[in-house]
Amino acid sequence: MTDTTTNQAPRNQWWDVWDQFKTHKGALLGAGFFVFMLLFVYLGPYVWGIDPGHIDPRVRNQGMSFAHPMGTDQLGRDMFARMMAGGQISIAVGLTAMLLSLVLGTFIGVLAGYFKRIDGLLMRFTDLFLALPLLPLLLVIVMLYRDPLRAAFGPETGIFILIVFVIGITSWMQTARIVRGDVLALKEREFVLAARSIGTPPHRMILRHLLPNVMSPIMVSATLGIANAIITESALSFLGLGFPSDFPTWGRLLFDGTDWLQRNPERVIWPGLAISLTVLSVNYIGDGLRDALDPRIRGR
Amino acid sequence: MLDHSDRNKLVSVSGLKMYFPIHTGLMQRHTGDVKAVDDVSFDIFEGETLGLVGESGCGKSTCGRAVLRLYEPTEGSINMGGTEIGKSTPRELRPMRPFMQMVFQDPQASLNPRMTVADIVGEPLQEHTDLKREDRLARIYELMDAVGLNRDFAHRYPHEFSGGQRQRIGIARALALNPKFIVCDEPIAALDVSIQAQVVNLLEDLQKEFGLTYLFISHDLSMVRHIADRVAVMYLGKIVELAPRDGLYDDPKHPYTQALLSAVPEPDPTAHDSAERTILTGDVPSPSNPPQGCNFCTRCPQVLDRCRSEEPEFREVEPGRFAACHRLNE
Repeated sequence: MTDTTTNQAPRNQWWDVWDQFKTHKGALLGAGFFVFMLLFVYLGPYVWGIDPGHIDPRVRNQGMSFAHPMGTDQLGRDMFARMMAGGQISIAVGLTAMLLSLVLGTFIGVLAGYFKRIDGLLMRFTDLFLALPLLPLLLVIVMLYRDPLRAAFGPETGIFILIVFVIGITSWMQTARIVRGDVLALKEREFVLAARSIGTPPHRMILRHLLPNVMSPIMVSATLGIANAIITESALSFLGLGFPSDFPTWGRLLFDGTDWLQRNPERVIWPGLAISLTVLSVNYIGDGLRDALDPRIRGR
Repeated sequence: MLDHSDRNKLVSVSGLKMYFPIHTGLMQRHTGDVKAVDDVSFDIFEGETLGLVGESGCGKSTCGRAVLRLYEPTEGSINMGGTEIGKSTPRELRPMRPFMQMVFQDPQASLNPRMTVADIVGEPLQEHTDLKREDRLARIYELMDAVGLNRDFAHRYPHEFSGGQRQRIGIARALALNPKFIVCDEPIAALDVSIQAQVVNLLEDLQKEFGLTYLFISHDLSMVRHIADRVAVMYLGKIVELAPRDGLYDDPKHPYTQALLSAVPEPDPTAHDSAERTILTGDVPSPSNPPQGCNFCTRCPQVLDRCRSEEPEFREVEPGRFAACHRLNE
């Protein structure tokens, strides 16, 4: 009786996704923290006027104070400003490297799972990458390409491209294997057969039927991928293969701080805390997004 | 009813074989085949319903899917409304797709859980027509009306529906392109009895309204008796008997059909207890290693010596009735 508005235009699907996302407390908290972190590292430097590279020997190795909320390092550079500058690079590396490895992994996984003819070839290729000893490989790549890239794009952008590329091409294998497994299972489901009986060509089959259904594992890989990328970048910086020491990153700050662990433990604690909390918040966002994107969970 | 000579053949299948290769060993050598469908021939006339019955694993579904070219048949020709599609490539098949459609067994599995009803029903329209968004939605509503679904549900997801409603969505999708021929692959097997009747009646109504031709695959003999005009009985990849419905149910010729029909439950308890049933012993042989001679010779209650050595020919034993049995040749 009261329902007179039949056939109303459907509400935008993304509102449903947002409604479901809101019910996940952890995800909401994670999203809040991540946004705060982004604001901190990208807008923070405009508010906090100190240059992260400014050396002031008079205030070396200071503890927390109003002038320097996170203290200063052994050259008297302000840690608060360095955290902001480092966060910019770390988060950018994490996001882009994750995207690269995700695109590569999903692409190879879907192709291997869907096209039986190239499955063996692609999976052996994946195994090959998994079996490669990563650190020697990274050493060689960085050695070979650091200088040409620096010359072509400038020191900071060049090394950024190199690091993202190196992390991206060495971390796509897990995603590829998970996606391939899921595609193999989905391919035998009747709705794929139904689409084939309609005459849907392979590329639309993949985009319309397979990819939306492998969202969950991709989402999980993505969130883990960011964490992995930030940590690998720290490891590279630790080995002296990452960004040069005058470009701070969270990993680099952590590495520099280890020598001063006894005297100024906060120099390790702050970047460590930033890395862990950012990674954790991204994991929670991924968890919430995965649920929100699944219409079966969304209804409840 | 019995005389089909004046009616058009819509689908004509001859010598259809669907073998799935078995690869074993370290080198993955081809060591044998699962003969899921082994030399099957039948015709379907325009506007009729051909029932395809048989026990689990006898190749009914494979046969239906091979006819629609969802598989690559090993051998045989399929003539669909005058076009030979037995050897066509996917590209050549695409323009044929609107002609032939399929309703699937499991309504849960045959609908993409991430698409709304409008997306699912609209997919064939998107693939084969260039309707505008509003026109497509109008057609989707029309189809939902035809299968008895509320239009307001168009933007819901499959998990929000009951089994019967989901099957209706599957039927609406199959109808979207105005097909002539629909393969119903056990469309009622996953539904409970009251819903089965609704769906079967819906299929019958749609047949009358749109002049559809069905290949109705089922293991439910009483339901096939209700809906089919002619019935084909399959055993181990072969059709053993093909006959008009009444003839087949009243006077089955092939021993397997006789055994199958005597297994139908009898609602009257007295008749149930006194019924003389033919109870088959043993199991269906493996389709990868079928027996020599007649496929049914290992379980046939009326087996002859020649059944074990010689394969019976599938031939017309009476006008309009086909069977493959040596006993009928005597």
